[in-house]
Amino acid sequence: MSENGKPKLALYWASSCGGCEISVLAVHEKILDVAEAFDIVFWPCVMDFKEKDVEAMADGEIDVCLFNGAIRNSENEHMAKLLRRKSKVMVAYGSCSHEGCMPGLANFFDREQMLNFIYVDSPSTDNPERVFPQVETEKPEGTLTLPEFYNTVKTLDQVVPVEYYLPGCPPEAQWTLAAVEAILSGELPPPGSVIGLDVTVCDECPRERSEKKITHFYRPYEIDPDPDICLLDQGLFCAGIATRAGCGALCPRVNMGCRGCYGPNEGVEDQGAKLIAGIASVIDARTPEDIDAILDTLPDPAGYFYRFSLAHSMLHRTALAEGDRTAQAIEEVPRLDPKLGT
Amino acid sequence: MSDLQEFQPVIVGFLCNWCSYRAADLAGTSRMGYPATLRDIRIMCTGRLDPAFVLKALRGGADGVLIMGCHPGQCHYEEGNYKALRRVALLKRTLAQLGVEPERVQLGWASAAEGVVFAEKVAEMTEQIRALGPLRWGGNLADKANGNGTLAGVAAMDEEVVS
Amino acid sequence: MQRITIDPITRLEGHGKIEIFLNEEGNVANTYFQVPELRGFEVFCLGRPAEEMPRLTNRICGVCPEAHHMAATKALDDLFHVEAPPAAHKIREMFYMAFYCTDHTTHFYALGGPDFVVGPNAPAAERNVLGVVAAAGLEAGLAVIDCRKRNHEVIKRLGGRAIHPVTGLPGGWAVALSEEDRAFSEEVAQKNVDFALFSLQLFDDIVLKNSAYVDLIVSEGYTQPMYYMGLVDENNHVNFYDGKVRVVDPNGDEYCKYAPHEYTEHIAEHVEPHSYLKYPYLKNVGWKGFECGIDSGMYCATPLSRLNAADAMATPKAQEAYEKMYETLGGKPVHHTLACHWARLVELLYSAERMLELCQDPEITDPHVRNIPTETPTEGIGIVEAPRGTLTHHYVTDENGVLIGVNLIVGTTNNFAPITLSIMKAADAVIKNGVVNDGVLNMVEMAFRSYDPCLSCATHSLPGQMPLEIIVRNADGGLVERLTQYVDE
Repeated sequence: MSENGKPKLALYWASSCGGCEISVLAVHEKILDVAEAFDIVFWPCVMDFKEKDVEAMADGEIDVCLFNGAIRNSENEHMAKLLRRKSKVMVAYGSCSHEGCMPGLANFFDREQMLNFIYVDSPSTDNPERVFPQVETEKPEGTLTLPEFYNTVKTLDQVVPVEYYLPGCPPEAQWTLAAVEAILSGELPPPGSVIGLDVTVCDECPRERSEKKITHFYRPYEIDPDPDICLLDQGLFCAGIATRAGCGALCPRVNMGCRGCYGPNEGVEDQGAKLIAGIASVIDARTPEDIDAILDTLPDPAGYFYRFSLAHSMLHRTALAEGDRTAQAIEEVPRLDPKLGT
Repeated sequence: MSDLQEFQPVIVGFLCNWCSYRAADLAGTSRMGYPATLRDIRIMCTGRLDPAFVLKALRGGADGVLIMGCHPGQCHYEEGNYKALRRVALLKRTLAQLGVEPERVQLGWASAAEGVVFAEKVAEMTEQIRALGPLRWGGNLADKANGNGTLAGVAAMDEEVVS
Repeated sequence: MQRITIDPITRLEGHGKIEIFLNEEGNVANTYFQVPELRGFEVFCLGRPAEEMPRLTNRICGVCPEAHHMAATKALDDLFHVEAPPAAHKIREMFYMAFYCTDHTTHFYALGGPDFVVGPNAPAAERNVLGVVAAAGLEAGLAVIDCRKRNHEVIKRLGGRAIHPVTGLPGGWAVALSEEDRAFSEEVAQKNVDFALFSLQLFDDIVLKNSAYVDLIVSEGYTQPMYYMGLVDENNHVNFYDGKVRVVDPNGDEYCKYAPHEYTEHIAEHVEPHSYLKYPYLKNVGWKGFECGIDSGMYCATPLSRLNAADAMATPKAQEAYEKMYETLGGKPVHHTLACHWARLVELLYSAERMLELCQDPEITDPHVRNIPTETPTEGIGIVEAPRGTLTHHYVTDENGVLIGVNLIVGTTNNFAPITLSIMKAADAVIKNGVVNDGVLNMVEMAFRSYDPCLSCATHSLPGQMPLEIIVRNADGGLVERLTQYVDE
């Protein structure tokens, strides 16, 4: 608590896009109520306090820290640990810190693959000497440092304990306010909770659903969907079946399938596994050949099923081959043994 | 090469109550010899198999997962094994993108009378996994950039390895 | 050697730091600007279906997702060899103009504006949006909040969501525009025009009528003759949504004009070991280090660049404002980086007028907004102007439309070398004989702020002063001097 009795609030962004910072501001006029109610002691995007100000605080001095962004490099990890020490309550704000979000897709690859493409192989890069960014660079005047780029993107709770999660990419304003109000009133759910609903996007979606029998998956550009019928019923992939509600089904309302940014529903650890189960269940085929033919119309299943949640999934990443530590996907698409038809 | 030195795969088996689990019992009571690599778990139907079970097994130290159920058309609950067929197909495609070889997750059918089929399947899969080598999923989070870099959580997962 | 570290720079996209080294005489030996972050979209988008890119690349930036969404959508049109119906183009552009209105407003009033509206030498406690309100009136402050809110509502109606829109598709747009939404957008556009005119008038009253500010704008420390880049239509008018990329040299003569497919013939990226961000430059002039001028490949892509690179604005009121700016500053091209704030307001007016034009076009409510691609995808490049600079998306796919190659050159990236040079010039200009004072802090901030580095989230920057600490150490690491502003001791 500050001397004025206001709880101390910190906001920090690790490897993120800034959308979560904007979403905090998307509460519009209510931001002034937030500023009134809290003493904001650290918010690098907006308020220019520095790391050493945080270091100077006592442990637990910050009442709540809203931490967004994934843990991509050593600076992100350092700040996560520092803020954890100095905060009573740590909130993983938004999909990046909750599940990895887009930065987490880098877990299909490894560090070397990324650096090689970006700094050498990209078509517009001119770097014949293969200069790579270095953690330390000697200049005539002194040593310059950069944070270390990790091999694997981690979520906040894979680095420090987290009390609450606010899902979404970004969280909708009403949930940010709900969290703020819960904090101020002291009526918080048990630690480890996700602040939000416990039903799926389907419950918020206005489209008409009937029994699903999918014989073909269509890519979004291939058809102009009926505006009133469930997108998945029409063969358009929609992750809403296994995604926590809270957004109001914004994407299906504009004819675009959900991609799962609020993460898995209550009680589910691995969103992708639920999507595999759900999508496979509604395929209208019984023989191995027919099943494979339908699945061939859905490319990149791992990218659809783990679009936001790869870093938080049970397997976290593509396997690193022993010895090399190289991420290697299996190129050939597995097909069912025809004998399984009998 | 002695058994002590050869890699002994750890295979987790999900066997359905009505067919394949009984096949496994039959293999046992008939004293059929087959590798002791399978750790079997009874589920009521392969339709009960949540792909998350497979992922948890692989993460927890399994080198492979075998799912066995009733033949198509003979499922005790009619549709369960068809669902399993579709789910395993999609799961394997997903796992391939994550670098898990298709042979590590296999689906088979064995009726209650087919103890031999069961035993042969386990033997065959054991050799396929032996050739692939151990999976050791926990090591994936070790960060090349900072040496051993294993997180506390990963170390805990390594301890869960079924031995 | 004395070393001054400014870390972190704040109100900048992500994280950045500046290291200044002083020689024995206490003058600047060298200045380094480092960007310590990298996420790797160009790699982790590989293997994804290309039509997901508008929704994947959104997440490069949560302040300007609309820019990436639009560049991606256009790249997809090209990739799938499909033309969108006219109504779809109009909806896309109108949506994009709404985005420009909110984005440029936010930057001017909360980030750039305070330096002028309140004054660079004013107490820093007043150099923020509240100070702008105090100087310009409470109505101005409310108008800023309303501008953001109403334009984000347009974005949500047309794009599905206020942050990270989803409706871009190859061959069109996922939803048509209803008459109700068109009427709403038209009202918004009209308010935007009024607000843009108000903002330009404000700039005139508070900045241009103050000779000290004008002197600052044209001062040598902020003058940097470079090549300038911007997208232009077939009449060489500024266009944010479509056209060719035109580059003019420091004398204002056209240096090149290229279509999206030709970008690699003109642009290359240089790598330095002390930063994760790369430095684009004009390939055929060459990378000459942190120098500007006709012999150096350093180019700039900002609102000022766009106005320099074009011949005129496409809408009447904006054209008037354009002419007035160049008249005042002595003709084209203008090399004064602080004039970027003025150029931004000219663009704000253009965006508002263009949005209104589109809202009043009856074709925009035509229900036909999708053409279904029929050809096999191969390779596609889409270029738009992001508020911070020219944005290029380049995709290569297999015949199933799954990505096998991605290259992105993002708005602020274009300006990484110019910003570095601006910081170096500012440091050189104010640090002499080992005297480091408060003036440095502001001069350095102003150097990079005019470029509107991607995250201009300072809308609600209360209190808005920039706590900054400069630590001067001698060669043994001992503390020589410590200067602070707004740092609690």
